[in-house]
Amino acid sequence: MIESVVQVRNLVKSFDDLHVLRGVDLDLFRGENLVVLGKSGSGKSVLIKIMVGLLTQDEGSVKVLGQEVKNLNSKELNELRLKIGFSFQASALYDSMTVRENLEFPLVRNVKGLSKQEKDKMVEEVLDSVGLLQTINQMPSQLSGGQRKRIGIARTLILQPEIMLYDEPTAGLDPITCMDINNLINQVNEKYKTTSIIITHDLTCAKETGDRVAVLLDGAFGASGKFEDVFENAEDYRIKSFYDYNFIKQ
Amino acid sequence: MSGESTNKDKVISKRIDRFFTGLESAYLFVKRFFKEVWFPPYEFKEVIRQCYQIGYNSLPLISLTGFIVGVVFTNQSRPSLAEFGATSWLPALISIAVIRAMGPLVTALIAAGKVGSSIGAEIGSMKVTEQIDAMEVSATNPFKFLVVSRVLASTFMIPILVLYTDFVALLGAFVNVHANEMTSLSTFFVQVFDALSFLDITSSLVKSVVFGFTIGIVGCYKGYNSTKGTEGVGKAANSAVVMAMFLIFIEELLSLQVTNFFRQQ
Ligand SMILES: Nc1ncnc2c1ncn2[C@@H]1O[C@H](COP(=O)(O)OP(=O)(O)O)[C@@H](O)[C@H]1O
Ligand SMILES: [Mg+2]
Repeated sequence: MIESVVQVRNLVKSFDDLHVLRGVDLDLFRGENLVVLGKSGSGKSVLIKIMVGLLTQDEGSVKVLGQEVKNLNSKELNELRLKIGFSFQASALYDSMTVRENLEFPLVRNVKGLSKQEKDKMVEEVLDSVGLLQTINQMPSQLSGGQRKRIGIARTLILQPEIMLYDEPTAGLDPITCMDINNLINQVNEKYKTTSIIITHDLTCAKETGDRVAVLLDGAFGASGKFEDVFENAEDYRIKSFYDYNFIKQ
Repeated sequence: MSGESTNKDKVISKRIDRFFTGLESAYLFVKRFFKEVWFPPYEFKEVIRQCYQIGYNSLPLISLTGFIVGVVFTNQSRPSLAEFGATSWLPALISIAVIRAMGPLVTALIAAGKVGSSIGAEIGSMKVTEQIDAMEVSATNPFKFLVVSRVLASTFMIPILVLYTDFVALLGAFVNVHANEMTSLSTFFVQVFDALSFLDITSSLVKSVVFGFTIGIVGCYKGYNSTKGTEGVGKAANSAVVMAMFLIFIEELLSLQVTNFFRQQ
């Protein structure tokens, strides 16, 4: 039996009258890349934000690495968070810091007693693994959208997380840059041996990166399995239209 | 007819509701500050960086305004004193006016505009671009790193800036007095200090600390609670300034009452 790294059961979350998640069940197994598809506003970001304790569910259980997230105190939660890399939709680089300072931020705050050489070496290594060593002294405002995404991913990799959560990694990027990011996600998975959830509404990204896809429909998973199985034999018109729309568009 | 009036009632009750939830969230924000400020990790580096920012940001404007206020106020007060042949009282009059009221008020209002808005905008944009969430998931307490450091920095820096404004304003006054009455620098400052009591100086300092705290916490609160989108950031910056200025005037009035109470003792 393969170990389940994230286990979600009957997850319910509403904001006032807006019922976003209405009973989500999910298992993420060690080593796999799971793609979560869903249209804009379907609650994809809410789902992964609950996993890292940025939001709290109304009902249901979310276990990450065996721990029930909502029951953790702040110290335990922080320890868990260090094992999770969260790549934000808008990259969320710190505007007032250089690329180097951005990458050092999680490092200096969580790993004590590093020498300057060790720090520099770690920063340069992750930056190199996303192919952007030359930007080390630049400010985020000087970078392109694709570069910001990569730096954002590098910043989460520096603490060598076990789980990676990518929130729309290819949103707003041109097709070629999308391909680069897809490749990067696969490289990261190989090199750092991570288990990942990739959130997207981009089917090319889903096909390239996912071992398995799951489609979020009206607050719960409507279908899940291998990409081909989910889309090629789709009965549900919502899944069909999702597929058609994506590939007619391109 | 009656339907219309219940509709209006609903709108009003919703507004009142919103006002009180706003008040509650502001109270909780301030409470959280006082809860978190005592415990490690202390973000010393960030506090120092913010102090520098605050000083650097407001110094040019404060220098200019302070000096001009000194010159203009002296010039405008002269005729009234001259009527009684009392122009030799000018340094004492200016000293009291500057230290008790104008120095702190001018500094605080300018800092509310410069510092308050920039804190509001900075934290607001960090909020809407998920930088605050990013800090949180990298196991850093963003409230401590961003809010506590900025509030401490402005609470500490505004009194220093007030002392500086006082000095510059008195310098402006001296230039004017020297040009008209030929008073020497030493005579001028002897008269300035003779006019001041211990209460004047302490109350001015305490007041400045309160102003500094207000500017910092209001800027942070507005930024931290700014709504999505770039429009939200602009609103946060703007309402930080308005709110801070409003509170500064209220605090000025309160401090007047308190110092008057002590003065009568
Ligand atoms: N903190 C919040 N407060 C109120 N509503 C929220 C919050 N976060 C998300 N929502 C709402 O929940 C819905 C799902 O959001 P989200 O998960 O971001 O969608 P997406 O699938 O595009 O990532 C949206 O309608 C959004 O407005
Ligand atoms: Mg989203």
